[in-house]
Amino acid sequence: MPGWTRHTGQAVHLPLENVDTDQLIPARFMSRPRSDGYGDYLLYDVRRNDDGVLSPDFPINQNAGASILIAGGNFGSGSSREAAVYALVDAGFQVVIAPSFGDIFSSNAVNNGVCPARMSREGIARLTDAMAGTFVVDLEKRTINSDIATVSFELDDSWATKLINGWDDIDLTLQHADQIAQYRAQRSKQNWAWPQN
Amino acid sequence: MLPFPAPPFMCIFMEKPSTLLDKLWADHEIFRRDDGTSLMWVDRHLVHEGSHHAFAKLAARGADVAEPALTFGVADHYVPTRGRADIKDPDIARMIATLEKNAQAHGLTLFGLRDPRQGIVHVVGPEQGLTLPGLMINCGDSHTSTHGAFGALAFGIGATEVAHVLATQTLWQRKPPAMRITFEGDLGFGVTAKDMALGWIAELGADGARGHAVEYAGAAVDALDMAGRMTLCNLSIEGGARFGMIAPDAKTYQYVKGRAFAPKGDDWDAAVAYWATLRTDANAPFASEVRINASAIAPTVTWGTSPEQAVPIDADLPDIAALPKDKRAAAEAAYDYMGLRPGAPVAGTPVDQVFIGSCTNGRLEDLRAAAAILKGRKARVPGLVSPGSALIKAQAEAEGLDAIFILAGLEWVASGCSMCVGMNGDLVEPGKRCASSTNRNFRGRQGLGSRTHLMSPAMVAAAAVKGEITDVRTMGET
Repeated sequence: MPGWTRHTGQAVHLPLENVDTDQLIPARFMSRPRSDGYGDYLLYDVRRNDDGVLSPDFPINQNAGASILIAGGNFGSGSSREAAVYALVDAGFQVVIAPSFGDIFSSNAVNNGVCPARMSREGIARLTDAMAGTFVVDLEKRTINSDIATVSFELDDSWATKLINGWDDIDLTLQHADQIAQYRAQRSKQNWAWPQN
Repeated sequence: MLPFPAPPFMCIFMEKPSTLLDKLWADHEIFRRDDGTSLMWVDRHLVHEGSHHAFAKLAARGADVAEPALTFGVADHYVPTRGRADIKDPDIARMIATLEKNAQAHGLTLFGLRDPRQGIVHVVGPEQGLTLPGLMINCGDSHTSTHGAFGALAFGIGATEVAHVLATQTLWQRKPPAMRITFEGDLGFGVTAKDMALGWIAELGADGARGHAVEYAGAAVDALDMAGRMTLCNLSIEGGARFGMIAPDAKTYQYVKGRAFAPKGDDWDAAVAYWATLRTDANAPFASEVRINASAIAPTVTWGTSPEQAVPIDADLPDIAALPKDKRAAAEAAYDYMGLRPGAPVAGTPVDQVFIGSCTNGRLEDLRAAAAILKGRKARVPGLVSPGSALIKAQAEAEGLDAIFILAGLEWVASGCSMCVGMNGDLVEPGKRCASSTNRNFRGRQGLGSRTHLMSPAMVAAAAVKGEITDVRTMGET
């Protein structure tokens, strides 16, 4: 996974609260292999009319090239399905800005190079006053610049470092193999903690 | 000489009081980075058909499962509840076969489609004695918080994290702040753990506990049986908390003792001695404390498309103007989707069908509660009853519960996630309204266009009998 520090792209505003991961990708698509691409499944039912046709009024249907999603509170709540992030990534999104996120969604996002940027509702209102033009997301400064405003966002330090470096956690963890082996040796003495059979 | 000589070392070595979370965290922390992220040891890792992305990641690295003896597979998300001998849907057959293949390739114990111990992962873990107090338990499913009912550190993870646990038996995690929800007093007649959960989520919001580890405490929690405690912890994620936990006590030990994978003999004694220390110390600090009067909780029902959109059964659906400003647009959309209008009483809302089951409310106690309402009565609407595990199904049949459901007109089927998540083809048709003992009333959760009302199993049974949402407390004995 390549790291990144700054991202420039177009933004789209999806002013819905509690967009859960069942909406981000309905369960019926989750048996497909990732190599098929998940972009078409993003918000599959939400962005369509009752007759199954893409709704022309739906924000992300109007901004095909956007890579920054500005959303409502509690974005990505619910199921732990990482496929919700795959759908965002495969549809071209690299940053999601929201007042709050589901905890598991945030971890999943960072594990796939997507920045879950927490921003106050006031900050979001300033950004969405003028949606035209490009936005610049800076992980080091934790700011988003539009043509008319610069607004800061929150992101845990450890997550910013991980996104910037494009770290793979398994590689990092294997550097601690000795400490893991020591812990395991101690844990092994606690027989009760191991499955009996 | 002082009259009451306190040993002087007490003052020197007295540690600051800790929460249950502090204790569990300290016992699993291998290493803490400068940025505050901890590398944690995973005692039990549960995988299911949906873990296929993680196994694919493992294969892409050419890595093995680090601790096959600590990794258990369960077929639940996609398993058919009917017609298992001949699975018609190739996607579903492939998902189940892929889990079998991965379990076999890595030497994992699998509770597969035809295993007599098969069931829903969060039911099977406790039932088999894999879930114990003092363990860290992970699974690629957000309802892993269920296992916290035993005083375990248990939380759901995504596919990248599942692959990480498979490869290393560890997980990087920042310790969350602790929040305590204390239910004071006793629950009233007909009120259950489901109502406690829907009640606090309605009060605090679907992200009310976001970023926190919730410990449940108080007289009403102590009084719950293990099934009720699992229901309460299960729903933590619906209030935004990745972790839910309850300190273990005599009921916990009694539940665990003698189960297949649980410790025995001297190991059991050592375990209980340690488990007795897993309690929040007096005066331990919580980042957030909430107190709820349990005796004021009524049977609770969701009306919208978020678990926070819930009301007591004797209430009217909320007026949009009465809601906080940032909740109004969502409420309006939910009313539209659900085909309901503000101000109407929630009781009397007609339902098209019912579902009893899921990791939230598919345990034997739940089936008994529903059967007690349905006994000698007929359901006015169709419905499915899917027990939480094959062992629960067998026990329910031994008690004659299956006959009660079948005589009432409901379908008694095999165990799996079933109509809670709809991955196995058990779906609610578009526009249909389902009274459901499950955990999510999200838009489309039970099928495209489905309308879900969450409630306790007894309330679902009452809705089945009346054909409309009904206060179970008015049903009485048959």
